[in-house]
Amino acid sequence: MSTTTERPTPSGATAAGRGTAVRRRTSLKPTVVYALAALVSLLVFVPGTPSDVQTVFQFGSGREFIRIPNLPVPSLVTIVLLTVVLAGAAVWAFLRHRARRPLNAWWHVLVGVAFITAFLTYVGAGRSSVIPMVSLLAGALALSVPLVFGSMSGVICERSGVINIAIEGQLLFGAFAAALVASAAGSGWVGLLAAPVAGAAVGALLAWFAVAYRVNQIIVGVVLNTLIIGLTGFLFSTLMSDNKALWNTRMPLPRLPIPVLSEIPVVGPVLFNQTILVYLVYVLVAVLQFMLFRSRWGLRTRAVGEHPKAADTVGIKVNTRRVLNVILGGAVAGLGGAFLTVGSGLAFGREMSAGQGYIALAAMILGKWNPKLAVLAALLFGFSKNLGNVLSTIGSGVPSELLLMLPYLITIFAVAGFVGRVRPPAANGTPYTKS
Amino acid sequence: MKLELRGITKVFGPLVANDHIDLVVEPGEIHALLGENGAGKSTLMNVLYGLYDPDGGEILLDGEQVRFKGPGDAVAAGIGMVHQHFMLVPVFTVAESVALGYEPAGPGGVLDLDRARQRVTEISERFGFHVDPDALIEDLPVGVQQRVEIIKALSRDAKVLILDEPTAVLTPQETDELIGIMGELKEAGTSIVFITHKLREVRAVADKITVIRRGKVVGEASPSSTETELASMMVGRSVSLTVDKEPATPGGPAFVVEDLTVVSPAGNVLVDDISFEVRAGEILCIAGVQGNGQTELAEAILGLEEVDSGRMVLDGTELGGTGVRDRLRAGIGFVPEDRSTDGVISSFTIAENLVLDIYDTPDFARGVTMSPTKVAENAVRRADEFDVRYTDVQDPISTLSGGNAQKVVLAREMSRPLRLLVASQPTRGLDVGSIEFVHNRVVRERDKGTPCIIVSTELDEVLGLADRIAVMYRGRIVGVVDGADADRDMLGLMMAGVPLEDARRQAAEHHSVLGEADRAETPGAPAAAAETPHTPDPASPEERP
Repeated sequence: MSTTTERPTPSGATAAGRGTAVRRRTSLKPTVVYALAALVSLLVFVPGTPSDVQTVFQFGSGREFIRIPNLPVPSLVTIVLLTVVLAGAAVWAFLRHRARRPLNAWWHVLVGVAFITAFLTYVGAGRSSVIPMVSLLAGALALSVPLVFGSMSGVICERSGVINIAIEGQLLFGAFAAALVASAAGSGWVGLLAAPVAGAAVGALLAWFAVAYRVNQIIVGVVLNTLIIGLTGFLFSTLMSDNKALWNTRMPLPRLPIPVLSEIPVVGPVLFNQTILVYLVYVLVAVLQFMLFRSRWGLRTRAVGEHPKAADTVGIKVNTRRVLNVILGGAVAGLGGAFLTVGSGLAFGREMSAGQGYIALAAMILGKWNPKLAVLAALLFGFSKNLGNVLSTIGSGVPSELLLMLPYLITIFAVAGFVGRVRPPAANGTPYTKS
Repeated sequence: MKLELRGITKVFGPLVANDHIDLVVEPGEIHALLGENGAGKSTLMNVLYGLYDPDGGEILLDGEQVRFKGPGDAVAAGIGMVHQHFMLVPVFTVAESVALGYEPAGPGGVLDLDRARQRVTEISERFGFHVDPDALIEDLPVGVQQRVEIIKALSRDAKVLILDEPTAVLTPQETDELIGIMGELKEAGTSIVFITHKLREVRAVADKITVIRRGKVVGEASPSSTETELASMMVGRSVSLTVDKEPATPGGPAFVVEDLTVVSPAGNVLVDDISFEVRAGEILCIAGVQGNGQTELAEAILGLEEVDSGRMVLDGTELGGTGVRDRLRAGIGFVPEDRSTDGVISSFTIAENLVLDIYDTPDFARGVTMSPTKVAENAVRRADEFDVRYTDVQDPISTLSGGNAQKVVLAREMSRPLRLLVASQPTRGLDVGSIEFVHNRVVRERDKGTPCIIVSTELDEVLGLADRIAVMYRGRIVGVVDGADADRDMLGLMMAGVPLEDARRQAAEHHSVLGEADRAETPGAPAAAAETPHTPDPASPEERP
């Protein structure tokens, strides 16, 4: 986006194929969103907070090598300071917009953190209960894990050009298979092996219809989701209910605290005292990010998703690559499903994926089909959901119905304010046939 | 490497695309494959490249028979191909594009991008390509993208390089550079198969010419044959290569565009503050390399593209604020660039396509009902008038060849009394016979006093048709030249953004190969009168669907 100068050359070597002058269009959206945040803080949080009370933040969890005392802050002063920060950010965003200069992405983070801190300070003002930061963050991570698995599945499939709406079904079937097998074998670890197989089976069905028969991929995906809901629901109410002890007993995976790391304040208990599935997420994201952009597999996957014919002309088997990727993606989503049952220490419940596959898809889009960014988006969803949970347990003055809306509100703000131009893989959803 | 094709046959349903084609390409030879659009050149090359499975015949390399199951086999055997539509992933870097499919990689399939870059740099330096291995494909001009394609082929040790219509997207100066590159490759021992329908280029570069017509080899020619000889071989009858027209007798300005700007949703300025006028009874050609804002300009005139600022006035009436239908009814005729998607509705019948814009007028409709009889009568009349070859006007228009479908579009647009004709790429992909027909119709419309705007990327067409020429580059008009004193080199430079006066000076100093060919053929006036008397010949079997 910087070709504002024209360089006509006598040789004609750089005749423009597509280059045109660019009128940089900065958006007013960040300014509006920041200003709204500042206004809410000024009109709701400030008048709603008495001047002589404190809010207590709790950063310890009891596992750390040093004890962390609770942190009390004067509520009103903190909120006023944060409101000033928000207003300042809005003014800065406006100035950048007027100067047609891009806005650094860190401003979004700063405004997000400032607004949430102001909100928490307001909610906890003058209460005896503390704001438990560790459980807030740890819970957020836990709620994000299936979303991350799901969005990685989406990235793997859609980067190769197949739309994977069936993430929902893959999560659910993975959760079901993990619970069933773990219960029958008497070990959560065995269930962990069954989940990706189940997810891959759903992926294989999707690939079969979408690639071999070129059926509309969105329709196949939705149909598969419905099929899995029906199938698992049926088996739940027959097989699992008939002999609950054998087929649907809780088989939690053990927590595996990592020595030393898990004792770091705040970070330790949040990140390093988890089950194997959470550690797998870390590895998965890092490996996928690297492989997608720096390996032969990734280069070919992206070529097949962007310009399948170009891939074909250099001898890459487009449809084979797509089928393999969709099956791999299904396995990844299936593993995410295991987190819902064995990973969280729960038994299987009817339709327990509850639309998280679709949210994972939204996270993938919000993350621009990029693993790194999709994780951030999934964490945002998880955090906003857990914020609602935590606030209703500490008993804030905010009605719980409003809190349940929080994740979706935040999603709308995120989509409206933060996402720039999004470009999906060019051949996404288009079946490939020769000539 | 010596390449031999023997009796290659390829059939698509009822259509025999290649009918027992024989072709021999000697090592280090530039062999031109000349034929009209749809003659079967690309099909033949796709067979050779392993993309299509032939229905008969054999391929021999250095005397040994080979069978290709896919492009991978062909590449392994030393055949490289630069497709007409580049096979490059827009979001990849040059190094990634060249590496794709043959990636240098370490353990675990981790890309060795340094080696990929090195490979690009090596070849790029050997032939003086000046290509940055880390540039993104989508940021490169088409001329450079083409070099990336050539590097791709060479990096796989291609001994035979197929270039499919390589000059379609280039300016004359870029074409010149390509011809230079082809010379160097030939020196290095690479055989080149050069597919084209442009006669000038063939004569400028080929060592040997094979002419294909309707799927069959009709003969070989030497580069010293005249263009007229080559054209008649290619088409199967004598043709007129120049447009038969009297000098224009323009009236006053009929259509005026002032400070027009069109901005894409992403913020790219596609049409940048353009002003020009078209007089009654003249043809203004908008020349330029594809993608420099011509399409958007044409669509803005009809109202398909939203205008950011500026105004357009037709016969004293402001067009701003009116919709497409108002503008059509005001007398604008519009021939869109992409015939098959924007010009016709392919599943509708020929008759229906002929009334797409006037189906609701009292001629064809009463209240909410249409009269199929009147629509059919109208279709028969129009189709005869415009020489459309059809079996039944109730057949879907997709059964017609490109040339006949374009005649239907013209028949529809010219059946109303016009006050302005806008035609984008009116002859793209047509056979010579249809091109003649379209050109004559446009000239006839001009002679009726209608102002005509013709957008074209083909310099031959521009030079032949235009009374005045406006050259667009990056959304701006670089300059407006009188048709009579325009020459190929000057326009080519302007298409690369060189201002009018500089272009005139530089063109006078340095002639490109094709420009030379122009001068040799018609000394003095470049766009001069016809060589062969033109006779519209409705009986000749010039094309098939």
